[in-house]
Amino acid sequence: MTQRRVNIPQLLLNNSTIVLFIVVFLIFGLSSPLFLQLESIINIIKQASFTGMVAIGMTFVLLTAGIDLSVGSNMYLSSVIAGLLMRQAGLGVVPALLVAMLVGTLYGAINAFCIVRLKIIPFMVTLGTLVVGRGIGTALTESQQIDFPETMLAFGQINVLRIPMPIIVFALVFIAGYLILNRTAFGRQVYAVGNDIEVAKKAGINTDRVIFLVYMISGFCAGLAGFILISQLGRLDRSFAEGREFDAIAAAVLGGTSLFGGVGNAFGAVIGALLIQMVQAGLVFNSVNLYLQPMVRAVIIFIAIFFDSLREANLEKLKRRFIRPLETTQPNG
Amino acid sequence: MTPLLEIKDISKAFFGIKAVKDVSLTVNKGEALGLIGQNGAGKSTLMNLIGGVVQASSGTMTMNGAAYDPRSPSDAYKAGIAFIHQELNLFTNLTIAENIFIEAFPSRGVGPFKFIDRATMRQQTQTALQSVGLDLSPDMHVDRISPGERQLVEIAKALHQDASLIIFDEPTTSLTARETERLFALIQQLREQGKAIIYISHILNDVLKLSDSIAVMRDGVLVGHDATSKFDVNRMITLMVGHSIETLYPPRTAVPSRDPLLELKGVSAKGIVEDIHLTLHKGETLGLFGLMGSGRTELARILFGLDSSERGEVVINGTQLNGKSPRSSIRNQMAFVTENRREEGLLMNINIADNIALVSLPAFAQSVTQVVDQRRLVRDTQSAAGALQLKSGLITEQPAKSLSGGNQQKVVIAKWLLSRPTVFIMDEPTRGIDVGAKYEIYSIIDQLAATGSGILFISSELEELMGMCDRILVMSRGEIVGEFTREQFNQEAILRAAFREKAQTA
Repeated sequence: MTQRRVNIPQLLLNNSTIVLFIVVFLIFGLSSPLFLQLESIINIIKQASFTGMVAIGMTFVLLTAGIDLSVGSNMYLSSVIAGLLMRQAGLGVVPALLVAMLVGTLYGAINAFCIVRLKIIPFMVTLGTLVVGRGIGTALTESQQIDFPETMLAFGQINVLRIPMPIIVFALVFIAGYLILNRTAFGRQVYAVGNDIEVAKKAGINTDRVIFLVYMISGFCAGLAGFILISQLGRLDRSFAEGREFDAIAAAVLGGTSLFGGVGNAFGAVIGALLIQMVQAGLVFNSVNLYLQPMVRAVIIFIAIFFDSLREANLEKLKRRFIRPLETTQPNG
Repeated sequence: MTPLLEIKDISKAFFGIKAVKDVSLTVNKGEALGLIGQNGAGKSTLMNLIGGVVQASSGTMTMNGAAYDPRSPSDAYKAGIAFIHQELNLFTNLTIAENIFIEAFPSRGVGPFKFIDRATMRQQTQTALQSVGLDLSPDMHVDRISPGERQLVEIAKALHQDASLIIFDEPTTSLTARETERLFALIQQLREQGKAIIYISHILNDVLKLSDSIAVMRDGVLVGHDATSKFDVNRMITLMVGHSIETLYPPRTAVPSRDPLLELKGVSAKGIVEDIHLTLHKGETLGLFGLMGSGRTELARILFGLDSSERGEVVINGTQLNGKSPRSSIRNQMAFVTENRREEGLLMNINIADNIALVSLPAFAQSVTQVVDQRRLVRDTQSAAGALQLKSGLITEQPAKSLSGGNQQKVVIAKWLLSRPTVFIMDEPTRGIDVGAKYEIYSIIDQLAATGSGILFISSELEELMGMCDRILVMSRGEIVGEFTREQFNQEAILRAAFREKAQTA
């Protein structure tokens, strides 16, 4: 085949999220020139990094056809514990960060324990720990706001080569997520489990271990993202990170991760998180009515996912076996 | 010489039914053991015991003289046993190389920084693929290769694991004739290398050709084990069934009428089927024969409304179908027994009764509340299961996946029987099931035709079509290229018709 005709609609459909990303970017950029300034772009990436980190952890879980609804509460509880230790035991920022990551990972391990050992479905387990986690947090703080020491804000303002710290952490999480998923045995086994868990068992994969680990990874990412987000705000109240699970799942799915498992990757989570944040920022820049903003966001997410399902249906059609040569052989010009 | 694998008095029960009873068997190095038996005879369970998929209730096994008690498939893998299942077990979202190495990836680096050594993986995959004569890139995703190629990838995987015992469970069901031959040559080669083979198949001639010894199971018991030279097809069947079968096909009682039941007029779908005309009469069993990829299944899917067509009419009982969908097909009394039971025909984790009731569920709803009448559902599904002589435990408890292939097929047919269809499309209804169960399925087909239904019987086994059909249509390259009435049946002529178009265009 010398001349391959490129099917433009097909190409657009196959990269629908990126196309939508560019379209949204152009629309907001044209309507509000401020939006295109380097500063605001960096700010969008920074704001996206929190959801993005959680979405990368979530991608691991979704790849096994599971779900983790508890990430928002996890962000809250791990920051509460780290914050209390900082305030009451005078823990430094770095040890506190380690504590937050540890608590997040343990939180994930509890989810994993219920799912793998007690054999409760992930949806119910993580819905339960969503409520319990926030409950423990409010009990520990007696619903009081925690103000973090100055050192915390100083940590949050670190820049490397003018790049804010959250973006750097986000990049590191992405690189680690990408390498684990694509280049390690564990990562490929995650895909295998999501493709067909029965077959994975027969192939001798320790599926319990794989599932255990993905929830721990998701918990780790939530703990880390929560702490980094706090370092930007300096304080923590009882509604912190409420509803983040929705953004994280939406980001992963926007990036092409299937809720049925086996399909998706870390890069998609990054694109998805950026898209969501860009829409958010664009609405603010264009001074859209504050009360309408959630609706507009929801519509854009809906459109992206609708394109995704169109693409799936289209790919399904392409998979139909062709037996006869197509008669329409056009003369090559 | 110590045998490679020795099984002693092994038993296993499911749902209170003993699937394997006190079986003792040995397999030596370099030996090919053929294992035959009807569906539900316990072959698959026995192999699952060896493969560590299920654990024995009692009995022991030794491998190379050492005690062997697999608790999981990975134990079997470590002991050098590879199991190639009837339903292929590859991950379609991974590459060939990743599938071959999924248990143990080669890695580089230390501690938490252990990455897959992709160069080594590719290279070794290449070698493994060469040993089975497959010329594919190791990076090809498995969802892009054919069933036959997938089978060879599974074998490459077993070879790569350096298995000393390879179990094949019905390996040829999804293979073309050429791929089958390639497989047989490969098995021969493996034997010469000193590997032991257990070969399970319903195609008795293949078993005779391939094996050194043959073991026959019936109702969970080993009823015969002897050198292959002591067997012929008749003795095999007699042992399997427990009595001798006079013929492979039941006597035909149905007489086709001249009333058309289903008519296709010029049905076409671009690139798939072209200008299909056919008429199915009341009480007729119409065969549809074609080689793999001739468009048989595709035509059936279009006919049932699963895929779309561009032109042509479908007329059932004088009413023309507009806007085809499976729902409207079912409403017009059509039934489709699909080629692939596991993926398309059954809800594997759901119990048998609910599977049977699935299509006619609305009919079980009480008129006002729309609540399903569970008692009537159980009663009717039970009688349907009884009519087809389904061999199972409690149908409201036992999941479909625990049934043998032949019994699963009966569940699929029972499901459709409840909706009282007049047109049956049966796509490979006897694939992967044994002689006894085949005979039963043939009898069911004949009874359906005798009550005035029409059956479109799609198969790649010409013999069964010649045994059961009133007429045979031959497809090739998406077109109907020949029609044979019962008097004209001639194996050679039909095959020639099936090949003809192919030879011209290739």
